[in-house]
Amino acid sequence: MEASILSVCYIIGSVSFILGLKMLSHPATARRGNLVSAAGMSIAILGTLIFYQSNGEHLHNYVWIAAALVIGSIIGAVAARKVKMTAMPEMVSIFNGMGGLCAALISVVEFGRLTDLNDSMRILAILAGMVIGTVSFAGSMIAYGKLSEKIKDHTFPGQHVINLVLLAVIIVLSGLLIHGGVLPTNVLFYGILGLSVVYGIFFVMPIGGADMPVVISLLNSFTGIATACGGFLYNNPVMLTGGILVGSAGAILTILMCKAMNRSLQNVLIGSFGGTKATADQATGEQGTYKEISLNDSAMVMKYSKKVIIVPGYGLAVAQAQHTCHELEKVLKDNGVEVKYAIHPVAGRMPGHMNVLLAEADVSYDDLMELEEANEVFGDADVVLILGANDVVNPAAESNPASPIYGMPVLQVWKSKLVIVNKRSMRPGYAGIENQLFFNPNTSMLFGDAKGVLQQLNTEIKALG
Amino acid sequence: MVILSIFLGIEVISRVPSVLHTPLMSGANAIHGVIIIGSIIVMGEAAPDNYLALVLGFVAVIVGTLNVVGGFVVTDRMLEMFKDKGKGVNQTKGK
Repeated sequence: MEASILSVCYIIGSVSFILGLKMLSHPATARRGNLVSAAGMSIAILGTLIFYQSNGEHLHNYVWIAAALVIGSIIGAVAARKVKMTAMPEMVSIFNGMGGLCAALISVVEFGRLTDLNDSMRILAILAGMVIGTVSFAGSMIAYGKLSEKIKDHTFPGQHVINLVLLAVIIVLSGLLIHGGVLPTNVLFYGILGLSVVYGIFFVMPIGGADMPVVISLLNSFTGIATACGGFLYNNPVMLTGGILVGSAGAILTILMCKAMNRSLQNVLIGSFGGTKATADQATGEQGTYKEISLNDSAMVMKYSKKVIIVPGYGLAVAQAQHTCHELEKVLKDNGVEVKYAIHPVAGRMPGHMNVLLAEADVSYDDLMELEEANEVFGDADVVLILGANDVVNPAAESNPASPIYGMPVLQVWKSKLVIVNKRSMRPGYAGIENQLFFNPNTSMLFGDAKGVLQQLNTEIKALG
Repeated sequence: MVILSIFLGIEVISRVPSVLHTPLMSGANAIHGVIIIGSIIVMGEAAPDNYLALVLGFVAVIVGTLNVVGGFVVTDRMLEMFKDKGKGVNQTKGK
């Protein structure tokens, strides 16, 4: 009887995950979708606590489980409430790493309880959960470090070869462990565990910060697969559906993101972006000279324009200038200027990140344009104001086949009458390549931190009356 | 079940407007937190004198809960900003 109630709980859980993901994919129902998944999750967890039995015995150690649940909930809820919207990608990365760690720990404990060393399916599920979970955990922590700029990109010659060798060694050792009898199983298991940590670190280390969204999405998918391994291990339907659902959804999302940046997944994984190619590009590309524009002049031209398009980028996210940006939009609109935003799909730190940031600052949806829509109207714009975006407005992506970002869809800002680029310095963007746009005759540079510059622009425009 | 889940995952994601990619990634992230059920089972089946299993299980439940609770709360916070503003017009953005 209890077992069938548990099955019902798990079915409700699985269905709620599917329904939740489906609802999450429409703006109108997204929030409810998230709640539906959360409710399903609660039912599945409660069901497990109350009804789960193995060999006719209920679970025990309830006090400890409850304590852990409470501690985890408090830390999780507080961290998630307090985090700034700009630091969201880091947060997602950490939570993803926690899931991976959880999967790895389960495998370690289950390995310790293993009694039948000939049960290769069970060993395989434990091993796969451990390796994938560990790689996801170690990788997510590195991704977090990179996004919060605590860890720099590190590459050394032959790193890709070493990564491949590491992976091969992990697979061979796993094979030996499943086959059994060659080396003591403990040595093999913990050896594989250690190698997985190293592999996870090396896997993410050479990948540039611009590719972190893809990496997080991929690691998200990994954790999903690790969860599915746990599902196989316990023959637990809700873990299986949840894990595989996220595994496949994460994989598709990763591919969609790669497409938006016109990179192949292989290219991202090998992590050659911005490395050797970019320096070669820099050496050959002519530098040219750029013009600067004063705050006063910028304020003047924008105030007397008919149409201004704002292109927000990574710089805006870092400076947390989304509110000030909305302020500028209002000031300009008060002066009868038509203001729109052009959002590149990979602007910011994660796809859609800009939309979230601007939504936080109460920017209306009607003013946001996606790539194709924006490219049709740049010609009509008097001023395009670029706030800390670089690679997504680089004309080399369309004109220079030698450029590493060649073929990536970009915002064709150069079609407008005047382009004002706000950047902190002339340093290249994440991809590490020069941007010819800055040397165009109709481009003017406005150096400074996005937030400071926007505040001053607001004051200037207001002062102009 | 496996094939069906793979198919559903692909089917659901391939129609998402890019506006929702970040919340979706975050939401999916919370869903794989269902691994917590495994950690509850580990913890609940551990013998009272098996301290290694108890400690590891305890940590596993904590980090699993972090994944679940943190994931859902962060996603909700992101989506909170989308409510009541587009009044349906935002749907035309999705392609």
